[in-house]
Amino acid sequence: MAQNRTFKFTNPQRVEKILSQYPDKRSATLPLLHLAQEQEGYLTSAAIEAVAELVEIHPGEMMDTVSFYTMFYTKPMGKNHVQVCQTLSCSLNGADSLVDHISEKYKIAHGDVSQDGKISLVKVECLGSCDTAPVIRINDSNYESMTVEKFDKIVESI
Amino acid sequence: MASFEPILTRHIHREDSHTLSGYKNVGGYKALEKMFKTMAPDEVIEEVNASNLRGRGGAGFPTGVKWGFIPKDSHKPTYLICNADESEPGTFKDRLLLNKTPHMMLEGMIISSYAIDCHLAFIYIRGEFYQEHKILEKAVEEAYATNLLGNDILGSGFDLEVVIHRGAGAYICGEEMGLIESLEGKRGWPRIKPPFPAIEGYLRCPTIVSNVETLACLPHILNRGADWFKSIGSEKGSGPKLYCISGRVNNPGVYEEPLGILLTDLIFKRGGGLIDGRELKAVFPGGSSSAILRADEIDGLRMDFDSLSAAKTMLGSAGIIVMDETVDMVSVCLNIARFYAHESCGQCTPCREGTTWLVKILNRIYQGNGSLNDIDMIFEITDNIGGLIDFSKGSFGKTICPFGEAVAWPIRSFVEKFKDEFIAYVAKGVEVS
Ligand SMILES: Cc1cc2nc3c(=O)[nH]c(=O)nc-3n(C[C@H](O)[C@H](O)[C@H](O)COP(=O)(O)O)c2cc1C
Ligand code: SF4
Ligand code: FES
Repeated sequence: MAQNRTFKFTNPQRVEKILSQYPDKRSATLPLLHLAQEQEGYLTSAAIEAVAELVEIHPGEMMDTVSFYTMFYTKPMGKNHVQVCQTLSCSLNGADSLVDHISEKYKIAHGDVSQDGKISLVKVECLGSCDTAPVIRINDSNYESMTVEKFDKIVESI
Repeated sequence: MASFEPILTRHIHREDSHTLSGYKNVGGYKALEKMFKTMAPDEVIEEVNASNLRGRGGAGFPTGVKWGFIPKDSHKPTYLICNADESEPGTFKDRLLLNKTPHMMLEGMIISSYAIDCHLAFIYIRGEFYQEHKILEKAVEEAYATNLLGNDILGSGFDLEVVIHRGAGAYICGEEMGLIESLEGKRGWPRIKPPFPAIEGYLRCPTIVSNVETLACLPHILNRGADWFKSIGSEKGSGPKLYCISGRVNNPGVYEEPLGILLTDLIFKRGGGLIDGRELKAVFPGGSSSAILRADEIDGLRMDFDSLSAAKTMLGSAGIIVMDETVDMVSVCLNIARFYAHESCGQCTPCREGTTWLVKILNRIYQGNGSLNDIDMIFEITDNIGGLIDFSKGSFGKTICPFGEAVAWPIRSFVEKFKDEFIAYVAKGVEVS
C-alpha cells in the first residue's frame, strides 16, 4: 500500500486540547500519536512528521520514539487485529493451541496480515486479565476464557 | 480464616459502582470534605505516615515517607502521577479498581495532591486498557462537572487538574522512571536513581508516583483514621490488600484480604484449590518478578512485605500464579525468560544481552540440546544481570533499573529449586543424540 504523502488531523480542536493539557509540548507525543493512528489505522511517515512538527522535535527522533512502543504500527494491520496473550497464566491454560489454530487457518505467522487483509496476528504479553485465561484481544476488545471454537464464532460475528 | 469485611472492593458488585452517584451513595468523597474542613496538608501527611501505608505497586515503600522527600524550598511545581500501567504477569487488581471504582482512586489522588501541594496530576494508564480508559474519562468528566476537580474544589481554595495519559505497550513504562520518560514523550528508558523522582521527576520537577491501589486506600485512612488502618493485618504490614490468583486453580480472581494472610488460605480457600484435585508444585507469590516458591516452602507463610522478603522472594504486585504437579518447569522458565527478553528496554548491556542469552540457552535445553554447562551458565548470566539484592531498598544492582533483578530472581529460583528437571532435560537430550 502506498503511503499517504500528506497528513492532516481531521480534528484540530482535539489537537489543541491535547497540547494545552501539558506543561511542555513534547509530553503531548503519545496522545497525538494515538490520535493519528486512530484516524488512519496506522502511523504513516507523514503522520509521524506532523506530530514531530507539533511537538517541535526532529522527525527522526519521533520515528525512534514510535519504534519503542508495540501499540504503534507503521504498516496497516488486518481489519480484525488479533492479539493473543502468550504470557504464563494464558500459556498454562492453552494459549499456544490458539496461536497454532489461527496461524494454520489464516496462513499467517506472528506479525503477518492475511492475504485478504481481514485478519492480522500478533502474540502479546500479559493483558492483565489472567483470571480469565487464555485471553485474546481483537482490535480494542478483550475476549476471555477463549477456546478454538469460541474464537471461530467471534471472528464470524464481527 | 477470620472473616474480613472488604474495604476497597466492598461495593463493586453494585451495578453503578463506577459512577459518581454510585460512589457517593456509599460514602464516596466524604473523606475529601472532611479533609478540606479539618486538615492542613501536613496533618494529612502525618495521618498517612501513622497509618503505615506501604505502596502497592511492587516496592512497598511507605507512602507518607515518600511524600516527605519532596523539597520544602523548591520553587518548582510538584506533580503526582497515578501509576495505572499494570502489566506484571499475573496481576489484574488495578484493572478491577479502574473498572469498578475509579472515583475511589480519584479521591485518593485529590487527597495526595493536597498533601504534596500538587496542582497538575496525571493518570498514566496502560495503552491496552481501552475500556478502563473510557470509564476513567467519564469519571474525570463527572468530577470536573461537580467541582471535585478544577479550581477552588468544593470551595476549599485548592485547585487541581487531572490529565489521563495513555501508554502504548511497554512493560518498562510501569517502572516509575521509565513512566516519567514516557510521559515526557520519549522512549520509556528508566533513568538512574538517585535523584529519586520526589526530587527530580517529571520535567525535572518533584514528582510522586503512586500505584492505583495505594491511592484507593487514602480516602479510607482519612475517613476512619490511621489507627483503624493499622489494626488491619499484621504489624509487619497493615491495611487491606488485593491479591490476584491465576494459573491452575479452580477459582481464579481478585480477592481482598488483610496484608499478612496465609498464602495457603489464598490458594486453597479463596482460590478453591488446584484444578482436577491436582497437587501443588510451585507458586509465584508476587508476579513473575518474584522468586518462585516450592510447595514445601509455603506452610505458614504470610503474605506481607517482610515475611516474603525473609523467604527470599517478595510480595511485589501480589500476583499469585499457581502451578500444579503436571507443569513442566523448564518450559515455564523459558516462557518467563522470553517475556523479559521482549520487555527489556535495551539500555543496559547485561540486561539486553543477558535476557536474550537466557532465552537461547533455555530454548536449547528445552529442545534437548543443552549441556550441564548451560545450567551453570544460567547462574552466571543471572548473576551478571542482577545479583540477589533487597528490592525494598531500591535499585542498587548492576543495571539502571530494578528490571535486572526482576529477571534474575525468578529465573535463578527455577534452576535452583528444580535443578533435577533441568538436568533431566539435558540427560534426555544426550540419550537422544
Ligand atoms: C520493571 C518494573 C515494572 C513496574 N511496573 C509497575 C506497574 O505496572 N504498576 C505500578 O504501580 N508499579 C510498577 N512498578 C513499581 C514502580 O516503579 C513504583 O515503585 C510504584 O509505581 C510506586 O507506587 P507505590 O509507592 O504506590 O507502590 C514497576 C517496577 C519495575 C522495576
Ligand atoms: S535493567 Fe533492563 S529494563 Fe532496566 S534500564 Fe536496564 S536495560 Fe532497561
Ligand atoms: S497472562 Fe495472559 S492475561 Fe495475564
